[in-house]
Amino acid sequence: MRFAVVVFPGSNCDQDCYHVVKDLLGCEADYVWHHDTDLKGADAVILPGGFAYGDYLRAGALARFSPIMESVARFAEEGGLVLGICNGFQVLLEAGLLPGAMRVNRGLRYVCRDVFLKVESVETPFTRLYELGEVVKMPVGHMEGNYTAPPEVLAELSRERRIVFRYCDAEGRVTDEANPNGAVDGIAGIASRGGNVVGLMPHPDRCAETVLGNDAGRKMFESVVSALAVR
Amino acid sequence: MRVEVRVYPKDGVLDPQGKAIAAALGRLGHRAVRDVRAGKVFFVELDGVDAKAAEAEARKMAQELLANTVIEGFDVRVISP
Repeated sequence: MRFAVVVFPGSNCDQDCYHVVKDLLGCEADYVWHHDTDLKGADAVILPGGFAYGDYLRAGALARFSPIMESVARFAEEGGLVLGICNGFQVLLEAGLLPGAMRVNRGLRYVCRDVFLKVESVETPFTRLYELGEVVKMPVGHMEGNYTAPPEVLAELSRERRIVFRYCDAEGRVTDEANPNGAVDGIAGIASRGGNVVGLMPHPDRCAETVLGNDAGRKMFESVVSALAVR
Repeated sequence: MRVEVRVYPKDGVLDPQGKAIAAALGRLGHRAVRDVRAGKVFFVELDGVDAKAAEAEARKMAQELLANTVIEGFDVRVISP
């Protein structure tokens, strides 16, 4: 089982993701430079967090034109598993691999703290080991996580059960107070129509082992491994 | 040929920066301010094209890159020959 971790100039969670899949899960893993086009036979691709291209123009806007993104788009089209974390999610939105867009956080500040998430879909390859409705704690660290989409897109996401995570409080209530950035309907993560592309603002890569005080994110990566095993 | 491309949040899209600026203007005593929408301006220099072609090309640039048309509108103006 082989993971590719895409590295853009400005990515800074690439090593975290690599460490999780390689050292914790024991999978094969390769870094893939944004200028390359070869995903090196990956079974799953991770777009890590960071500040690709310095977030110039808009977060993810320039990274989308990296040569590797054509390969990622083709891979996703063929049903390949693609996970975008934080800046990686922003890149997926700008690339049109997931619908919607990010605005600056409503508080106009960079938000860096733990949040609670409600697992809203366990039908994706990235969440299949979670329980539906499970409340998990994960850290966020972003300036542009204020997700929005046109009403018809939001209706479609909801109807097709493609909202994967929502911000909630410790008891699982999706409230405005629990929402760190103003994202519409408390949306923290969404899936593509086929479910094979998922993006989320929180960082499962930063909470995947107990030595870090939290391993709630580990199940996302284990979900991928288990999904690939039954393919 | 110099072209100006203005990119701004679409009507109805929450603009947290604009809101913060409006609040700051209010605090400075600009009581008449009801709302502010904050956008960006790009001055694009083009060679070897006439005004019409420059405008068309700048529109394409806005669609492809300068604006995120999910949340932003734009307009294009040729400002010098």
